[in-house]
Amino acid sequence: MSGINDDIKLIDENGIRIDGRKADEMRPLKIEAGVLKRADGSAYLEWGKNKVIAAVYGPRECHPRHMQDPAKAIVQCRYNMMSFSVSDRKRPGPDRRSIEISKIISEALEYVVFTENFPRTSIDVYIEVLQANAGTRVAGLTAASVALADAGIPMKDLVPAVAVGKADGHVVLDLNKEEDNFGSADLPMAMIPRTGEVLLMQMDGHLTMEEFDKGIEYAKKACQEIYEIQKDALRRRYADQGGSDETDDEFSSIDEEA
Amino acid sequence: MSGEVSRQGREIVMPGDLLEGDNKLRPGTGTYVSDDKIYAALLGVKTIRSNYVNIIPLGGRYIPTVGDSVIGKVEDIGPSNWLIDINAPHPAPLHVNEVPWRVEFGDTARYMNVGDVILAKILMVDETMRFQVTLKDQGLRKLQGGQIVEISHSKVPRVIGKSGSMIQIIKNYTNCRIFVGQNGRIWLDGDVDGIMRAIKAIQMIEEGAQSFGLTEKVREYLESTSPQTVPNSE
Amino acid sequence: MAQEVMSKIRKGHIHKLLSMGKRVDGRGPEDYRPISIETGFIESAQGSARIKVGNTDVVVGVKLDVGTPFSDTPDKGVLTTNAELIPLASPNFEPGPPDQSAIELARVIDRGIRESEMIDLEKLCIKHGEEVWISFVDIYVLDYDGNLFDACFLGAIAALRNTIVPAEEKGKGENYPMPLRRFPIQTTAVKIENSILFDPALDEEKVAEARLTVTTDENGDIRAMQKGLDGALTLDEIKSIINTSLRLSKDLRNLIG
Repeated sequence: MSGINDDIKLIDENGIRIDGRKADEMRPLKIEAGVLKRADGSAYLEWGKNKVIAAVYGPRECHPRHMQDPAKAIVQCRYNMMSFSVSDRKRPGPDRRSIEISKIISEALEYVVFTENFPRTSIDVYIEVLQANAGTRVAGLTAASVALADAGIPMKDLVPAVAVGKADGHVVLDLNKEEDNFGSADLPMAMIPRTGEVLLMQMDGHLTMEEFDKGIEYAKKACQEIYEIQKDALRRRYADQGGSDETDDEFSSIDEEA
Repeated sequence: MSGEVSRQGREIVMPGDLLEGDNKLRPGTGTYVSDDKIYAALLGVKTIRSNYVNIIPLGGRYIPTVGDSVIGKVEDIGPSNWLIDINAPHPAPLHVNEVPWRVEFGDTARYMNVGDVILAKILMVDETMRFQVTLKDQGLRKLQGGQIVEISHSKVPRVIGKSGSMIQIIKNYTNCRIFVGQNGRIWLDGDVDGIMRAIKAIQMIEEGAQSFGLTEKVREYLESTSPQTVPNSE
Repeated sequence: MAQEVMSKIRKGHIHKLLSMGKRVDGRGPEDYRPISIETGFIESAQGSARIKVGNTDVVVGVKLDVGTPFSDTPDKGVLTTNAELIPLASPNFEPGPPDQSAIELARVIDRGIRESEMIDLEKLCIKHGEEVWISFVDIYVLDYDGNLFDACFLGAIAALRNTIVPAEEKGKGENYPMPLRRFPIQTTAVKIENSILFDPALDEEKVAEARLTVTTDENGDIRAMQKGLDGALTLDEIKSIINTSLRLSKDLRNLIG
């Protein structure tokens, strides 16, 4: 795309962004849990034009063996972008950016998972981006969190994540691709709404303290919204299976074979 | 909806949901305590029993519990043990001391080989989640013939039913011997037709959305496909 | 691709059913599992498809870019096919560069597309000897439940059939649909004891002795074949598989549309 930064007006005089949103509005977010058969847990997510799928295998034997922790499970996340997910085809395979993102997502998830319950195992989380439009790492973490719950992994809480930034001098929530490319700050973060704990945060660009505070306010509110969408996805997956009048909820006595 | 506490009925909860905040209940399985409040740690069904609040998981791998009967598959052999895949986070060792035969050191392959299927019991589980199985108990043995299906271990109670009612219906209508392992593996033996119908019934239960009327739905299916009512079934 | 041990009981059950002419999921020997296809849903790709064959789930994206032609074909565009068996699809897939299975898969699919002359590569030439369109067909397996060969091939065909060459974006004129002139279809069958079964499910693949993938065009001609696994096929079996493949290809072609 040719054109210098000055040509792109990211926010107009009425505070409306190029995709019609106001500064503190999120792009539409849809999540569906349990979309794959072989994975222990999975989730598919569409956020603006982002399309992301996350899957979880585990807890299972830790490979490579030397990474095993005798006291707990390790959470190994692999974030990857499919080659056709971006404008210029990306060569398949991990690059330095994916490796860094994989690491910080693993760390965020490691905080909430009760890893002490499963010594010597690995909980493998795979995030694949089918289509990218800014905010894929927070989309990936949001989906991964749902996939972990779907896989029955014990956790403290679900982890919503969102990015805030600065476009044309305004603090904005949930950057789209143009705002990410031509804006002047990008701050992805993950936060547990109930406790306010921040599990992932990166920042690049230029923000004053006031802008930072405003960004955090937007992010906090958004995380609450995202959290509700995550829960709703899980609730819908098992919508009709809560009530029961016919089966014991304890493990019934095992039918010993005659 | 988060933070809503309900004491009656079965409610789906998820990690981070507040279960109890006023010290009336005690924390059971699938929960954790923070700031004197009990929260759910799992996606599952909230139940209250003897004043303990527990979460029955809706998914996830099988976590071995002592005494559980499980169906396992031999995946590796050592000179003095076999490694049994029981769909848990690790395979379970079965030592030569825990089988009904007298096995010499290094002779393990003679008794059981990779691919063999056994009905075993969880012998022990320690604090580091190391567990072992045994074949030394009533009815435990190598299984032959028939077919094996795998379901989510969380659906096992539903397949068995209240006091075994559901599994009994399936057995009656298909004339199959059926053994349901706590780890979600089910072994069936009978004629080919019976096995196929029993598996279909089990799949209906596993996918079964509504729990009300599920027994009737399964019974209807089995009755309508029974050899007597389908005169030319092959 | 690491292999998981299959229990003797499951193997025995498959064989027992086969001796009665039945398959574990009740299908006939030539029946395909339900197939669903969705196309054009990835905007960042010039063509895309998501295909499910039973529970096997595959996504394919086609991207085109301007590049230089090979010196021995100065007037033809370039086709490259890649398949990734990503770890999300199976507990036995490991992260890393494509292994033997992924490479064989990609090459067989590539051969089917190339040898059938499905793409009119000359129409992908921009400037003789200097600029042509390079097309990348990238296949990602999302859920592995048997018969990756057919799921990936049918997905690739569906993706190519809704691909638009992005000439405007690259300043090379007006956009135009991917120039296609043939409609190949691929089928895969396995041999278990003396039975030939099409569209093998995961369990059937695990006990299969041999596998034959056949790609034919709409004129009934054979364009590509691949025999796999370490067992043997008789010539009669091969002829029979090719004939069945031709018969099945009509319906499969209609499905892709």
